[in-house]
Amino acid sequence: MGDAVKSSGRSKGGASRKGRHRGVKGYLERHFQVLIHSLGRLSRNPFSTLMTIAVIGIALALPTGLYLLVDHVRDLGGQWRETTRISLFLKQEIGDERARRLVEGLIEKEEIEEAAYISPEQALDEFREFSGFGNVLDALESNPLPGVILVQPAALQPEAIQALLDRLRKLPEVEIAQLDMEWVRRLYTLLDILQRGILTVAALLALAVLLIVGNTIRLDIESRREEIVITKLIGGTDGFIRRPFLYTGFWYGVGGAFIALLLVNLSLILLQGPVERLAGLYGSEFRLGLTSLEMVLVLLGIGVALGLLGALLAVGRHLRAIEPE
Amino acid sequence: MILFDKVSKRYPGGQEALSAVSFELEAGEMAFLTGHSGAGKSSLLKLVTLIERASGGQVVVNGQNLTRMGRREIPRLRRDIGIIFQDYRLLHDRTVFDNVALPLIVTGLQRRDVERRVRAALDMVGLLNKEKRYPVTLSGGEQQRVGIARAVVHKPPLLLADEPTGNLDPELSREIMDLFRLFNQVGVSVLIASHDLELIASLPYRVLTLERGRLIHDSGAAG
Repeated sequence: MGDAVKSSGRSKGGASRKGRHRGVKGYLERHFQVLIHSLGRLSRNPFSTLMTIAVIGIALALPTGLYLLVDHVRDLGGQWRETTRISLFLKQEIGDERARRLVEGLIEKEEIEEAAYISPEQALDEFREFSGFGNVLDALESNPLPGVILVQPAALQPEAIQALLDRLRKLPEVEIAQLDMEWVRRLYTLLDILQRGILTVAALLALAVLLIVGNTIRLDIESRREEIVITKLIGGTDGFIRRPFLYTGFWYGVGGAFIALLLVNLSLILLQGPVERLAGLYGSEFRLGLTSLEMVLVLLGIGVALGLLGALLAVGRHLRAIEPE
Repeated sequence: MILFDKVSKRYPGGQEALSAVSFELEAGEMAFLTGHSGAGKSSLLKLVTLIERASGGQVVVNGQNLTRMGRREIPRLRRDIGIIFQDYRLLHDRTVFDNVALPLIVTGLQRRDVERRVRAALDMVGLLNKEKRYPVTLSGGEQQRVGIARAVVHKPPLLLADEPTGNLDPELSREIMDLFRLFNQVGVSVLIASHDLELIASLPYRVLTLERGRLIHDSGAAG
């Protein structure tokens, strides 16, 4: 006891500042302690914590899922766009010989990158192989398919392709000239609108996350009013008092992002089977896959940013109002 | 340590809690502040810790003029003051140890040093064996001793106590006073607001008497 009293006496000389750890390591150590401490606090109320991060998770999962969906469809559209080709269905009376001469002529042209002739026989074989209607076809007496020339335009601009299409349509050998691009363009416009819409939804849901975190932290601040007052009375700085609440917001963000990832990937897994079957029907190898690492990081980043910002808003508004009386 | 120069405090609404109060508490001095409830004792202590600001006059604490002190400097001022409350104001969701450690934690002291200092403070108030208990499981006298340990753990040069024995019986009150005398003996300045005149009269310390916001009697530095 005597020793303790003696040590308290040293304070007169202002020795109380001695031994205060001011290094970077100490600073990080303290932050890390608060980080873990705030996680511990949250885990002591598992139910309400889980409720909060579940709400945040759902709010994050919704736009993420929609975004991924649109992204996948866009990818798919990209594959189709590359195969933008003009199909020239030849008149029935055009023989192989004449068709091949036509192809040679077409390849010469500058605005055409490639042209290939598919004879009625080849077309029939291909059709037999891929459609599964082999038996039916065998029953036919004559080949009903026309010869086709596939033309790959050199240009990518829709206008140039359209012009080329108009010219090819006037060739005497051509019965029908067909370009399957219109619907790709429509799809893209639709996707643009969808993406804009998702962005709006995402912004609204981000606002909702901010409000949820802000309100939860506000309640937390209210319930710890006495602690805040006492901490201020014994010389705790605003920064010190703010820290645990900010880290609580941080954990809400991290937790919400994880829940969102869980929900999105769960949905992707559930969709996997049906999508594969659908893709199979179209002869496509298309697969959904899970969220990429990049997506995981982006979602975590957004979650953390929203959590911190929500906490910052609540703390800025409410901590200042709590002063000793 | 504390210098009041013609200090007045007027609360919004016009009531004057303190008017033209002047006194000086030397470093290492111990004094009592007395008067009826509402005489201005609490207001005076609040001015020292900048819970309230003076409406007029100058307050100097530990060499710092509080009149011009900004909001951001307040924590530093309070770290040099140990405050003891009538109702102890302990955190009930934390152990005795964690309560006492709080003033050290806010300064960012390392865990190892925190443990050493907290144990020393608890030893001083005779509660070393109760560091893992929660405040509600302790008696009033024990809770107040936890409050005192918290006030001195960071070795502040100044101790302020607002009716520290207000909720305790005479015997416990005397024990608490003995603790304050002990701190004073090792050089800590102590200012205790109390209306326990009997107890105060039995001790050889300076007494400042307030009445309706005025300092009507100052026994001068005794003891």
